[in-house]
Amino acid sequence: MNLNRRHFLILLPAAAIAWKSVLAGTPEEAPNYNMTDHWWSMLIDIPKCIGCGNCVRACQTENDVPDGYFRTWVERYHVSDWEMKNPQDIMANPLTDPQVISPDGGKEGFPVASDTSGKYFFVPKMCNQCADSPCTQVCPVGATFITPDGVVMVDQKYCLGCAYCVQACPYGCRYIHPEKRVADKCTLCYHRITKGLTTACCEACPTGARQLADLKNTKDPIHEFLKTHSVQVLKPQMATGAKVFYNDLDGSVR
Amino acid sequence: MSVFKDAGHLFRFAGLFVLAFLVFLVVRHYVVPKSFGQYGHYRAAAIGEIASHPAKFAGHETCEACHSDVADKKSKGKHAHVNCEACHWALVQKLPTPEGPKPNLYERLLALIVPPAPPDPPLLRHAEDPTSVKPVLPDTTVLCARCHTASSAKPKGFPQVVPADHSNGMPCDSCHQPHNPGMNDSATDAPARQAGGTK
Repeated sequence: MNLNRRHFLILLPAAAIAWKSVLAGTPEEAPNYNMTDHWWSMLIDIPKCIGCGNCVRACQTENDVPDGYFRTWVERYHVSDWEMKNPQDIMANPLTDPQVISPDGGKEGFPVASDTSGKYFFVPKMCNQCADSPCTQVCPVGATFITPDGVVMVDQKYCLGCAYCVQACPYGCRYIHPEKRVADKCTLCYHRITKGLTTACCEACPTGARQLADLKNTKDPIHEFLKTHSVQVLKPQMATGAKVFYNDLDGSVR
Repeated sequence: MSVFKDAGHLFRFAGLFVLAFLVFLVVRHYVVPKSFGQYGHYRAAAIGEIASHPAKFAGHETCEACHSDVADKKSKGKHAHVNCEACHWALVQKLPTPEGPKPNLYERLLALIVPPAPPDPPLLRHAEDPTSVKPVLPDTTVLCARCHTASSAKPKGFPQVVPADHSNGMPCDSCHQPHNPGMNDSATDAPARQAGGTK
């Protein structure tokens, strides 16, 4: 092969042009929706939840979630009188107190509670749309990510189904789809919120216990609510930057 | 040019490197999606793909555009904050999926590793075609009980009854009008009252 310096110098700009075309991208975007104007979150008002399971069924209808898998689910807590009086007792059995049930994710509601001792409450759970999510950090192929408007999503064309993210989520919000064999999770109904609709779970909630909130919208009632209520996130010690806010969350919720 | 004397083997080697680099660039061009890395270490086009899924729940604004009479009635009662689709559910019907566009090289390569997910089936909506997609009248004995069955686990202020004691198996809508369930003066259109109930 006879490649001299002249030929090499001619090849260099050609390589540079090829590199430029690699870097150029043409992404699709929803019209009339500007990602930089939003920072999505969810408010869950525990005292309003009646455990009807509408949200779980609505999510399944909207997103074709397979049976036995959940993007959102509802748990029922029962904290006994003894536990309420001794909340800091480390000898308490965490398997029985508080007692947590979630039959089929609470999809068809809950058995009638006849025990009037202690206190009961429902905790709807879902992806916390973390701002510093552990699940996106462990993906080896860049198939899961936080969008510029703050929603954690899975690129199911890119996902290999290795399930690292399923293990990384401290809230247990991900699963491997049994047919697609890729990671699946709550998208905060991204196909709805970008069209101006609320999420399916919020739409179907009869008591307004779930409310979609946009933290970048200064007129959103979430700002007033966060100032005037005792609002917490799940597992704050994990520093995940969770954006699902729970009003009146009991200390026993893990 | 004495520097380059007897250096031909080095240039041949450098040429091989350049060739390999060009092959790498060409392969990379086809394998790495165009939008990868635009917002971060992911394919930015995936955002648009997820956003383009069709919504199934239409939202109460869509219902109220036609059913303003029901919306008016509902706004006066205790169910004012309950959205239409919380009871009537999403009125959509899935149609058979048409053939999609031919996959490109990247998609065909990827399909060897991960089988592609089937595309979203087109939807027929009640809001667009009210005659084809017809709502089913909900069975109130099941529907109402889902929320209003008494349980000590529910919030204390929430209206709840033991269905067997409360109605003795009668459907709830024989007394209550679901869009405005109160039994006071506002519930004048409850069927039982129309049939000569006392006021």
